[in-house]
Amino acid sequence: MNIDKKITDDLVANGISFVTTVPCKQLAGVIEEIDARDEIFHIPSNKEDEGMGLCAGAFMGGKRPAIIMQNTAIGVTINTLATLIQYYRMPLPMLISYRGELREPVACQVEMAIHTKALLAEMNVPTYHFHHQRDVEELDAILKYTFMCNKPVAILTDANFWGGYGDQ
Amino acid sequence: MIRSEILRDIAPILRDQLVICNIGLPSQELHMIDDQPTNFYMLGTMGLSSSIGLGLALSQPKTVISIDGDGSVLTNLGTLPTIANNVADNYILLIIDNGSYGSTGDQPTYAGKKTKLEKVAEACGCENVVVCGGKDTGKALQAAIDSKKMTVIVVKCDSGNIKLPVITMDPVVIRDRFMKAVSA
Repeated sequence: MNIDKKITDDLVANGISFVTTVPCKQLAGVIEEIDARDEIFHIPSNKEDEGMGLCAGAFMGGKRPAIIMQNTAIGVTINTLATLIQYYRMPLPMLISYRGELREPVACQVEMAIHTKALLAEMNVPTYHFHHQRDVEELDAILKYTFMCNKPVAILTDANFWGGYGDQ
Repeated sequence: MIRSEILRDIAPILRDQLVICNIGLPSQELHMIDDQPTNFYMLGTMGLSSSIGLGLALSQPKTVISIDGDGSVLTNLGTLPTIANNVADNYILLIIDNGSYGSTGDQPTYAGKKTKLEKVAEACGCENVVVCGGKDTGKALQAAIDSKKMTVIVVKCDSGNIKLPVITMDPVVIRDRFMKAVSA
């Protein structure tokens, strides 16, 4: 199975047509796939809170948005999640590269990894963790859930899910 | 001229357009001067007016005006390259540049010192950057709407605030009302 293609297919099948990204090495393949798809307008952002602003505007313009980013961005976007996405009750799937988990070679990445789930729980953000490749089978249902409840929803995807980072 | 006088001046132009209005006093002033369903008031999240407006402009055909401040643009300076590289000809970024953080007590911003936001915007790749004084804002804004070209307007004006109440409208009501106006 090509995970990058499967993820992109699920986004398209759920009507997501506006995707903003801040890159991560683990996300390079899916970002490339999204960029190549005619059904999706891909707009890279310089910082993740800016990206959430773009997504909020796209949603109000009638598009279904999504953001793709690294888990370090949770530290950047707490205020935007609380006072824009949650306060105005907007749906936002957040496909997140979960750095600092098993098979992570960069020690500093662990420092935000250990806070990631606690911060998301504190924010009452529904959170899913993809650890095995087969976990991607739930993505379609998670996307439907996100647009059903009009909330930001986090999908944490770790190195094991992506097939290893730095040890392959 | 101070910001509230400019907003009062351009309200008849704004009322026919989709407006994303910056957090704090700008939203409170616009709400008091001419509340419209086509106004989206930001109640939080300093810095994202330009980003929300760009996302909206890229997603539907109506003209979108983001009302921003120099302090807020400085907070989200990464917005200018994104705007420049994703041209939406139905998008206008109106920066009310009074050289101060108005909502927090008029502390000076760097835009009121050596930094020129119009030059930053140009250096980021924005192609239509207009600078005007407060009294010419309406003329510049109407010209930008008529040009159907993505435009960044930097309005150089005085700092100063008026006393007015906070917005008590529920955020979901603001958003729902606005989305109905967008799709109308």
